[in-house]
Amino acid sequence: MIRIEDLSIGYDGRPLMEHLEFQVAPSEVFLILGGSGCGKSTLMKTMIGLLRPLAGRVAIGERPLAEDGPPPFGVLFQSGALFGSMSLAQNVALPLQKWTDLAPDTIESLVRWKLRLVGLDGFEHHLPAELSGGMRKRAGIARALALESPLLFLDEPSAGLDPRSAADLDELILTLNESLGVTIVIVTHELSSIFAVGGSCILLDREARGIIARGDPRALREESDDERVTGFFRRRSTAKPDERTPS
Amino acid sequence: MPEESYRVEALDLADGGVELRLAGDLVLERADALRRSLTQAAAAGTLTRLDLSGVRSLDGAAAAILAEACLAAEASGPRPALVGAPKKAALLLELTAQRPPRPPVHGALPDASLLRTIGQTTSKLGEIGRSVLTYLGCLAHSTRAVFSQPRSVHWVDVPRLAERAGADGAPIVLLIALLIGVITAYQAATQMHQLGADAYVPDLVALSITRELGPLITAIVVAGRSGAAIAAELGTMRVSEEIDALETLRLDPLRFLVLPRVIALTLMLPLLTLLAEAVAIGGGLVITTAELELTPGVYLRSTRDALDTWDVAGGGIKAVVFGALIALISCERGLATRGGAEGVGRSTTAAVVASLFSLIAADAVFTLLYSRLGI
Ligand SMILES: Nc1ncnc2c1ncn2[C@@H]1O[C@H](COP(=O)(O)OP(=O)(O)OP(=O)(O)O)[C@@H](O)[C@H]1O
Ligand SMILES: [Mg+2]
Repeated sequence: MIRIEDLSIGYDGRPLMEHLEFQVAPSEVFLILGGSGCGKSTLMKTMIGLLRPLAGRVAIGERPLAEDGPPPFGVLFQSGALFGSMSLAQNVALPLQKWTDLAPDTIESLVRWKLRLVGLDGFEHHLPAELSGGMRKRAGIARALALESPLLFLDEPSAGLDPRSAADLDELILTLNESLGVTIVIVTHELSSIFAVGGSCILLDREARGIIARGDPRALREESDDERVTGFFRRRSTAKPDERTPS
Repeated sequence: MPEESYRVEALDLADGGVELRLAGDLVLERADALRRSLTQAAAAGTLTRLDLSGVRSLDGAAAAILAEACLAAEASGPRPALVGAPKKAALLLELTAQRPPRPPVHGALPDASLLRTIGQTTSKLGEIGRSVLTYLGCLAHSTRAVFSQPRSVHWVDVPRLAERAGADGAPIVLLIALLIGVITAYQAATQMHQLGADAYVPDLVALSITRELGPLITAIVVAGRSGAAIAAELGTMRVSEEIDALETLRLDPLRFLVLPRVIALTLMLPLLTLLAEAVAIGGGLVITTAELELTPGVYLRSTRDALDTWDVAGGGIKAVVFGALIALISCERGLATRGGAEGVGRSTTAAVVASLFSLIAADAVFTLLYSRLGI
């Protein structure tokens, strides 16, 4: 579904990650993991074409993506990126109004059920500024889902959510994947989500400027002999004791 | 063919109910058709069964529509049975139907009709007046801090702000001033020549530029440039919670953001005005010497004789007040921003409009005052 070949990403010619190679299979849940600030969001933005790769290639699907027509994938930004002047319902309805010929009342009902899926039913007339951070995130997910795209990119979908909402979200993601075969690329560092959702993952590292581990996160936690990898999965600090207390 | 890949068939059951057989691809593009067939079937009788055994694919939109139909049927009878759904689709249907959407917490925002807008604006006037007074009060309080706690003012910003408002704005201000000088001189020259009063053209240009046009035109350009920039910057800071962050750091936004801007603009506007006046008089000189039989030397001499200190100083005082007005109003509008990107746009517009209005109003007051004082 997605092929990344020798990709270097970064800003202004300064690379954050170099020589990335990985593939996302169709109907897979694919996790991009790594510490804060290592370049996960940058990688996602490069994959969806918002940032130009410093080198290398991103291929989505078999053919090059069409320049016009409906968006080929749904995207959730880390900040939610809702349109501030529109109500939640309008935010979710916008792609449907622009890219389908559905009747307004059908769209209205679809939006209501979509908001229900993310637990935001009842808030359709709220403006984004009137919502909490986690609610904005969930509204962003509803908007990303609106066009029933076969491919989703979600940047930290469960960050800022309480454990129950996060679990609901994981269930939604798994259901979408199992029942519709949606390919889902998730940027995250929520351990509970990682192990609940599973799938395959890559673990990025800032110092290494690349992928330091890949595969099934559960297996990595148990079997990896790399200190950085087990540290990430078992929530261990990477600072050595003597670094933490300078003497 | 997309048209053929969706079929629906209604069967009347023996018990008086209706069974709907759906087949093909139930996807977003056919949400309308699906919804229509479901409503029709429900109108024809009680929807008791939905047979999905012919369904090839079913997406989230179709699941929502089916769940909605079941919910509607349930209101008047038993919940319709969903049978034969492919195993994968059943998962999604179940998740969708688990709990129906709740009604809105609050209603949709009413449309802005003219009468409502007038009413709301009127009722808000008092509020606006109060908030302006509060702002001025707090500002007066903060201004005291300039002397009692000079460190609490963010002085390091002042040079940067002064450069942006002054030096960066100079080219456009001077260009406009030059043109204003040219236009004034040209108009004066044509009229005065008819009266045979060529010698008064330099006086007319010099006085109208220094007393009125110079300060006003400069202030108008600065309001459009720097006032808008200030309002947009502070507005964006407000909506992205940066102002809140300042407050939690116990940094007073008035001292940290507003005072540096007020200081920068009150310093820069008189300087810009002086430059603009010089350039405008230069423009007048070029036109007058070209159009009338006056030498540049004569022109400059009569300009010098026409102007006294108070003509220039009076314009300078105006410029100081104009600078303060622009900065104060733009900061106030910026800090009062509500909502997201749209709110920033609104407060930027409001800042420029209010600044322009206050400039003209202040100019009128000055004219009155100066004529009383005989300046
Ligand atoms: N617009 C930008 N211009 C220049 N550098 C940037 C820009 N955005 C981010 N960076 C830098 O790129 C690096 C990676 O940022 P990125 O947002 O991809 O991190 P991340 O892995 O998503 O972190 P987090 O988990 O905190 O969201 C950071 O060091 C940041 O300083
Ligand atoms: Mg990020």
